[in-house]
Amino acid sequence: MRSIILQTATKYLLPILLLFSVFLLLRGHYEPGGGFVGGLVASIAFVLHSFAFGTENTMKILRRKPMSLIPIGLGIAALSVIAPTFFGLPPMTGLWFEEPIPVIGMIGSSLFFDLGVYLVVIGVVLTILFTISLTED
Amino acid sequence: MIDNHILAPVFIHLLTAIVQLIAWRKTVTQRFLSIGGTFLGLLIAIRLFTKVYNEGILTMNASNWDAPFGIVFVADTLSTTLVLLTSIAGFAVSIFSATGLSRQRMRYGYFPIFHFLLMGLNGAFLTGDIFNLYVWFEVIIISSFVLMTLGGRKAQLEGGVKYMAMNILASTFFLTGIGILYGITGTLNMADLALKIQLVQNQTLVGITSCFFIIGFGIKSAVFPLYFWLPSSYHTPPSAVAATFGGLLTKVGIYAMYRVFSLIFVPDEFTKDLLMGMAILTILTGAFGALIKTNIRRLFSYLIVCHIGFMIGGLAMFNKAALMGAVFYLIHDIMVKTNLFLIAGVIRQLGGTMDMTKLGGIYKEYPKISLLMALVLFSLVGIPPLSGFWPKIYLFQAAFEYNQYFYVAALIIGSFFTLYVIAKMWSEVFWKDPSSDEVIEDKFKPLPLFRKILLILPICILCSVTLFIGLNAEAVIQVTERIVNQMLDTRPYIEAVLGK
Amino acid sequence: MELLLILVLGLLYAGGIYMILRRSLVKLLLGIILLGNATNILIFVLGSLTKGKPPVIDADFKIFQDVYADPIPQALILTAIVISFALTAFAIVLLKRVYALVNSDDLDDLNTPEEEDI
Repeated sequence: MRSIILQTATKYLLPILLLFSVFLLLRGHYEPGGGFVGGLVASIAFVLHSFAFGTENTMKILRRKPMSLIPIGLGIAALSVIAPTFFGLPPMTGLWFEEPIPVIGMIGSSLFFDLGVYLVVIGVVLTILFTISLTED
Repeated sequence: MIDNHILAPVFIHLLTAIVQLIAWRKTVTQRFLSIGGTFLGLLIAIRLFTKVYNEGILTMNASNWDAPFGIVFVADTLSTTLVLLTSIAGFAVSIFSATGLSRQRMRYGYFPIFHFLLMGLNGAFLTGDIFNLYVWFEVIIISSFVLMTLGGRKAQLEGGVKYMAMNILASTFFLTGIGILYGITGTLNMADLALKIQLVQNQTLVGITSCFFIIGFGIKSAVFPLYFWLPSSYHTPPSAVAATFGGLLTKVGIYAMYRVFSLIFVPDEFTKDLLMGMAILTILTGAFGALIKTNIRRLFSYLIVCHIGFMIGGLAMFNKAALMGAVFYLIHDIMVKTNLFLIAGVIRQLGGTMDMTKLGGIYKEYPKISLLMALVLFSLVGIPPLSGFWPKIYLFQAAFEYNQYFYVAALIIGSFFTLYVIAKMWSEVFWKDPSSDEVIEDKFKPLPLFRKILLILPICILCSVTLFIGLNAEAVIQVTERIVNQMLDTRPYIEAVLGK
Repeated sequence: MELLLILVLGLLYAGGIYMILRRSLVKLLLGIILLGNATNILIFVLGSLTKGKPPVIDADFKIFQDVYADPIPQALILTAIVISFALTAFAIVLLKRVYALVNSDDLDDLNTPEEEDI
């Protein structure tokens, strides 16, 4: 099922959805949002693309396997969890930079944890969905 | 006392798994990483154990939230002992997996998942928060699902469905129990729960809640009416996986029961009777089930069920001697059951099958390996002075003292049937002349010496630990006594967590 | 509101248990999902419902000035939902593989005679 309407809409929706997912990721610490929701939105953008253009084409625009996002995300999250122990604090304590950064705001270790979750969620969801859809035939 | 490094046994496996995921499909690198990671984990576990043994209970408040509000991790003697045993078993299994597993399975991520499983086990032992315990349980079961079905043979997938359905059901029961517990006390911290649960007006509701935990942990540790998933799934995965499952997974259920029923719900008469009934029937069904099996691993699966009953029975009596026996048995059982499934894997390499009727003559060809295996089998049966003998003394003594004659009978029947099936297995597998009409291929002989050593070394490691437990029982009894004192008198635990 | 949720809860538990007791693989999966959702709502109800009062302190104050919804049950449910998402995804893939191999939806057909173990 290749619909021209869906394909045209997806071309515009994909970047907007990805941008929205980054927005959700960054506002996650004090407002509703966060890595998990952001990751789901981002992976849904790619799922929409695979509906419109076929899974093979989505794999092409992703360039590498979504599976490779999992260790990267896990690594970032694990490091941000362990980092406070080097400052004599318990694991998972939030470490914050002194000054806020323009546009993004305050940056702390919890943002990196969320970033890790974001990447892991994209990796896991896309791996599962691609596995299911490619073994269809 | 606060120590921010007690989660090191968890993180070491997490980091190993991440590095292995980066080295995806590079099976040789993954093997070295796995052996290195588990060895480091073993060193960390030894350090943590000695530290807790010398300095007392250590705690860590995650993200610096104070105790009843945040998630707290607690290392007391029971949890560090189990972390230590898990690390020893994990080290042995990772060496065995390096040659005992097909390359096909390694390519699909056996090693990272194995380390996630070890991470989940260590986390479950160290946490002091009941909902966090649930989360670690989920980490354990989801990794075990993948390990169970890895390779995708038909029998494996069929066993996997039963295993999955029962374990998800167990988690649902556990979560329901947590929900009700939070509803009636308003806290999830186990030390805080221990204090608040006594203040609840409606103690009947507390009793009903404890039944949810009995069912949830009962499915996981395979006690009598809830054990059916175990013998129908544990014989299907490869031996390295079965060793991890048989040695460690059911024991997490036992650990959770010991923790919850010593700290939160101190057993009343009804719970004691219920647990005792379950224990007796578990021993009997396990023993009778093992009698008729000819496949070695199915036989061992039923022996797991049988010996789970010994440990539950110790908890059911809930006095010092009985708990000493039960905890000592837990320590002995983790080592021996892991080793049994590794032995089953080696027997399959030697004889090409796991069917006792087709095997034979292994003693004639490999006398040294056979004697090594005999040592493990003797210790399983409980021949003095090996490790299985000492805990049974305590269990018998406690059962006589408190007039639990049905349990004494079950213990005797369970031990006797274990002896009988192991003797039968010994004569069939090792002494009997192999049947001439079956051509059995020996996969072990053509292997290079290095790989032979990798297959036998883990059995030697676990065997020497078993020998240590048996011959140096005095030291183990001291550790056990300290564990039991902490289980019976939970004030030090509560004080260490809540800081009063 | 609470009465309504309790009724839904009972229905979900009843439906879940009924589905689990069926022999079909798909119904087993649906039953497990329903039971998981029922448990989530149970936690939600037990955490005592408070409508329209988020557990957020106003910028001008240091402590809560009013009744507020307990955030812990919501955090528990969120965690449980994420976990059941992963479990369900795995279960679907597993059941699909089993269906492809066994070619049957009936749990009773999952007992092929013992083959050679590895």
